[in-house]
Amino acid sequence: MPKLTINGIEVEVAQGTSVLQACEQLEIEVPHFCYHDRLSVPASCRMCLVEIEKMPKPVASCAQPCADGMVVHTDSAVVKKARKGVMELLLINHPLDCPICDQGGECDLQDQAVAYGCGCGRHHENKRIVGEKELGPLIKTAMTRCIQCTRCVRFVDEICGTPELGGLYRGEKMEIGTYVARALSSEMSGNLIDICPVGALTNKPAAFTARSWELQKTETIDVFDAIGCNIRVDMRGNDVVRVLPRLNEDINEEWINDKSRFAIDGLKRQRLDRPYVRRDGKLVPASWNEAFAVIAEKLRGIAPNRIAALAGDLVDCEAMFALKSLVAALGSPNLDCRQDGANYDVSTRAASIMNSGIAGIEESDAIVLIGTNPRHEGTLVNARIRKRWLRGGCRVGVIGATVDLGYPYQSIGTTPQGIADLMFGKHAFAAILKNAKKPMFILGAGALAREDGAALHRVVRELAEHFNAVREDWNGFNVFQHAASRIGGLDLDFLPQIGGQGTRAILGGAMEAVWLLGADEIDVTKLGNAFVVYQGHHGDVGAHRADVILPGAAYTEKTGIYVNTEGRPQVALQATFPPGEAREDWKIIRAFSEVYGEALPYDTLDTLRTKMFESAPVLANIGHCEKSGWSAFGFTGEVSAQPFAPVIENFYMTDPISRASATMAKCSDEILPLWEAAE
Amino acid sequence: MNDAKPQPALFSFSPDNLARAEKIVGKYPAGRQASAVIPLLDIAQRQSGNWLPQAAMDYVAAMLEMPPIRVYEVASFYTMFNLKPVGENFVQVCTTTPCWLRGSDEIVHACKRKLGIGMNQTTEDSKFTLHEVECMGACVNAPMVQINDDYYEDLTPELMDSILDALKEGKKPDVGSQTGRKGSCAQNGSTSLKEKA
Amino acid sequence: MLEDKDRIFTNLYGFEGWNLAAARRRGVWDNTAEIIKKGQAWVIEETKNSGLRGRGGAGFPTGMKWSFMPKPSDKPHYLLVNADESEPGTCKDRDILRYDPHRLLEGALIAAFAIQAHTVYIYIRGEFYNEASNVQLAIDEAYAYGLLGRNAAGSGWDCDVYLHRGAGAYVCGEETALMESIEGKKGQPRNKPPFPAGAGLYSCPTTINNVETIASVPEILRRGAGWFSSFGRPKNSGTKLFCISGHVNQPCNVEEAMSIPLKELIEKHAGGVRGGWDNLLAVIPGGSSTPVLPKDICDTVLMDFDALRDVKSGLGTAGVIVMDQSTDIIYAIARLSGFYKHESCGQCTPCREGVAWLWRMMMRMVKGDATVEEIDQMMDITKEIEGHTICAFGDGAVWPVQGLIRHFKPQMIERIEKYRKQARVA
Repeated sequence: MPKLTINGIEVEVAQGTSVLQACEQLEIEVPHFCYHDRLSVPASCRMCLVEIEKMPKPVASCAQPCADGMVVHTDSAVVKKARKGVMELLLINHPLDCPICDQGGECDLQDQAVAYGCGCGRHHENKRIVGEKELGPLIKTAMTRCIQCTRCVRFVDEICGTPELGGLYRGEKMEIGTYVARALSSEMSGNLIDICPVGALTNKPAAFTARSWELQKTETIDVFDAIGCNIRVDMRGNDVVRVLPRLNEDINEEWINDKSRFAIDGLKRQRLDRPYVRRDGKLVPASWNEAFAVIAEKLRGIAPNRIAALAGDLVDCEAMFALKSLVAALGSPNLDCRQDGANYDVSTRAASIMNSGIAGIEESDAIVLIGTNPRHEGTLVNARIRKRWLRGGCRVGVIGATVDLGYPYQSIGTTPQGIADLMFGKHAFAAILKNAKKPMFILGAGALAREDGAALHRVVRELAEHFNAVREDWNGFNVFQHAASRIGGLDLDFLPQIGGQGTRAILGGAMEAVWLLGADEIDVTKLGNAFVVYQGHHGDVGAHRADVILPGAAYTEKTGIYVNTEGRPQVALQATFPPGEAREDWKIIRAFSEVYGEALPYDTLDTLRTKMFESAPVLANIGHCEKSGWSAFGFTGEVSAQPFAPVIENFYMTDPISRASATMAKCSDEILPLWEAAE
Repeated sequence: MNDAKPQPALFSFSPDNLARAEKIVGKYPAGRQASAVIPLLDIAQRQSGNWLPQAAMDYVAAMLEMPPIRVYEVASFYTMFNLKPVGENFVQVCTTTPCWLRGSDEIVHACKRKLGIGMNQTTEDSKFTLHEVECMGACVNAPMVQINDDYYEDLTPELMDSILDALKEGKKPDVGSQTGRKGSCAQNGSTSLKEKA
Repeated sequence: MLEDKDRIFTNLYGFEGWNLAAARRRGVWDNTAEIIKKGQAWVIEETKNSGLRGRGGAGFPTGMKWSFMPKPSDKPHYLLVNADESEPGTCKDRDILRYDPHRLLEGALIAAFAIQAHTVYIYIRGEFYNEASNVQLAIDEAYAYGLLGRNAAGSGWDCDVYLHRGAGAYVCGEETALMESIEGKKGQPRNKPPFPAGAGLYSCPTTINNVETIASVPEILRRGAGWFSSFGRPKNSGTKLFCISGHVNQPCNVEEAMSIPLKELIEKHAGGVRGGWDNLLAVIPGGSSTPVLPKDICDTVLMDFDALRDVKSGLGTAGVIVMDQSTDIIYAIARLSGFYKHESCGQCTPCREGVAWLWRMMMRMVKGDATVEEIDQMMDITKEIEGHTICAFGDGAVWPVQGLIRHFKPQMIERIEKYRKQARVA
């Protein structure tokens, strides 16, 4: 633990701490551009120079490890002169186009130029011009603004594992590019916009739409997968202009994937903005009262056990809780929140969540992925595995299709045979697991949603126990969800009640009436002749099949609780209003219940939540993962020899919002073929 | 006009070059095969007629298990790699101060006049490309040019003319000093090591 | 004047063959095994005592550099020979590479032993194609005769030597850029720490020495530290290769004793300044990075590390660039700025941006299209670059401009005034 003095203040820091980090611990600001705490350290911008006594020259504080007895000055004349010089040199070739630059107002260069620069320019030569680069549908370039900090190069190389950007040529001609014109293939390339300290890489879909300071900002939760990424939604008027990640070390660190960031144009297209009722085979606009009346009349004529409800992937807990209450009031036991048909044992919470937590990946030294492609199903979990791999000392094995995950792994076969091979030590990876201190198994929907998913669930539980992955101090048994609503649904027991039917039976034509709460990832032809109510926000698969459409709110338009794959409840806040006559979902159900004569016992969000927390106390523990007891869970059954198939065909189009997004359509056209080529 | 030459779609080493490449990779420790990238690009450039098509870079990247962008970075950083086609005789005139002091401007002028092209241009018949180059490390034999692999030193405009004439005729001029002195020894005879001369 | 019997580089001009047989006749590979068998400590100590300082430009004491290497561990040690000779005005290593490669290989073996390395890479600039060819043939010969490889030269030390050709980048002469380049990357210098002795090539302990340094070692150890240190002034001892280019009657390379007066060097070996000593304008004494010296300093200055440092220049690579009165000294320096602009790796801000800016200003200064205040501004910009970059390239790039302003400011002002006058007339 070296002890040093910075600006006269003594501080003791952990071994390996850089001088810049030590300054940050003391809240002493050291300006910098190329340094980023999640990337390697090139020390090339030279903005962070400090003076260290007994060293002949100013030192780049980002790359200088603290040593005992060091005496550091960050505000001496030498340092000020050095900074001013570097600032001047950074600016000589930087265009004075701040008024038309999308980075304006949130630009590191702008801010630091104000704080550390000189008021006037001495450079009278022509400025450098750099040609634009074609990086695909998401990133707009203005490369003349680039200050060659190489954060982007390091980001795609280190964080994404898709080394496609480089610093080409040299000297003053050094420029960032791909050399060949091509879209970036990373599914998290949008983060480049955030890490670029200047306006060289900006948000292409949002180009020239708003200035950052005129946006209204709402801190909320992402729903495009079950990671529960913390995001900020920036609005102008009632329009979502952009989505940015918020820092959450436990979940998404400071990244989000490109669907979370760029699918938002889908919020404005294909929206259900008023109720519809099917008359003579055609959906025609209707009033809320008319729609409710049609539903009420229909349901009254159907035996309760022929009525069912299915909840989709983007649904908030409040809506599911209200619908569950309504279904109970109707007297039906038929409901399911697993539209993919998974029916494994969820008798204990540990059977369905990521027990190690996402951050727990960083502790593991051997990871086996079973029936999952985390790059598609939950990008930030994949990024976390890559981060762990990059640090060294962790091996990854995959039972499933050979795909490009952005880090090397050993294939343990493509079928469930791989599980047996590990169990009986027939695959070399078994030895790695045996010697691992914290082995981890990540079981995905590619296994769980199969016919034999319930049996696989049990076998993998046994496998985890076999390799001592479930202990007092470590639980490496992880079920990896990809639907934002799933754990919330399970916590709410939005599942077949006693004598009730689940997804498979509901989709087996057994029902006369089905209430689809945002359930679009199903084969609607299997609903037979059932009377279908579709409650949701987009005119997607479910709405097309519906007899009555009840327009609901998308995730940015309502306040709701979502539980992520770790079992961590988080509150999403309303940023904007649902369009037209659309309403928050729980309110729709509450309103219908009254029309039906079975009024639910709450009429405010608070009272609903009070009831909901009584029913599912775990949801009240906002922001925390509640540990749950371990048991010998799982159903026995036959395991088939079929290879594991991918759950997600097109990462950019997984739900009604992204399917409505023009940006995601462009990504599907331009980026997906790159993935296919790579695999 | 040479810039219009299309990028070939495919590249692979000839059997001889493949053997050379494999021998070079063997100079470096296991897992450090990327060390061979410069020599392999050099071989690829020689095989491609003194320039590096993208297909050649991609081939080297695959052979050395490097991301192609890392190879493009290298190829664009080092000036000896030609990312565009050049003429059969790649004439590079050093104009850095030691050569300039000894008249490199006149050598440049002689080349332009003789070849009828300007700097960074290639003759119609693709026989010559003219380039300016930084110090070649032959300063006491200035001025000098490098043509492909060879140095031609102690030049005058007349000597430059005759070298270019010879190359035009498909002849190979004598390399090294054009005034007949040995290496870096003084023109009038050395002041040291005299008995060896 | 140094006598031939005290010259190390006895085939400097290629009067004899470069191959093994000819090299042996010059005494190369004589008693190599005996030298090595005196032990690592002796080799390092004797080298220290000889006063040999690195011949690549920085002049760091060679023996001391070797002593920084850690004790052997599971990580291999590497010796890198820097044959990336590219400093304008410098062409001495080229003569060793093409005419006396065995002397270099023998030195490489001894130095490798001194730092306990079994692997040596010789990094030669790519443009030296024919020189590389000779070195490679010499390596092949040495292997064939058991002088390299297992139990090299019967010394009991295993030593593999490989040639690695660069591809055009002056900055690869910087030691850590050279390592990056061997690792297959762009030649961008690394931050220090870590220092090469701790983590160099492939993150292993590494020592890097210049060609002339390494090639001098066998003869120093054969003849003894006292012989070598008898030449030159204290702390500046030994013999040294000088390259004398530019406006002299007989440009040449020559091996001389350190601390020889500059005037004597030029007059004895290079036939004197064109038009006589009084026609001298200035000399760049140690390769392009060392600040230019006006005639009055050249009259008396000695050619060694300390004497040249005392006149705010440096011995550098001992590449002496002579300029007579006909020289446009502003262009001569501006052209060097152009060189540095071309060769900057582009990694760090001050060098990438500042050196190119300096060149543009210098080119205006050549015309006189500037203000007098801009001369001081230019000096200020050199100070924004100097000492603020990752490697010494930035320093080397600005020193020539500093030297120009220091000694030739009146000429610069005169040029500006002339330009203004002409502009007014027009």
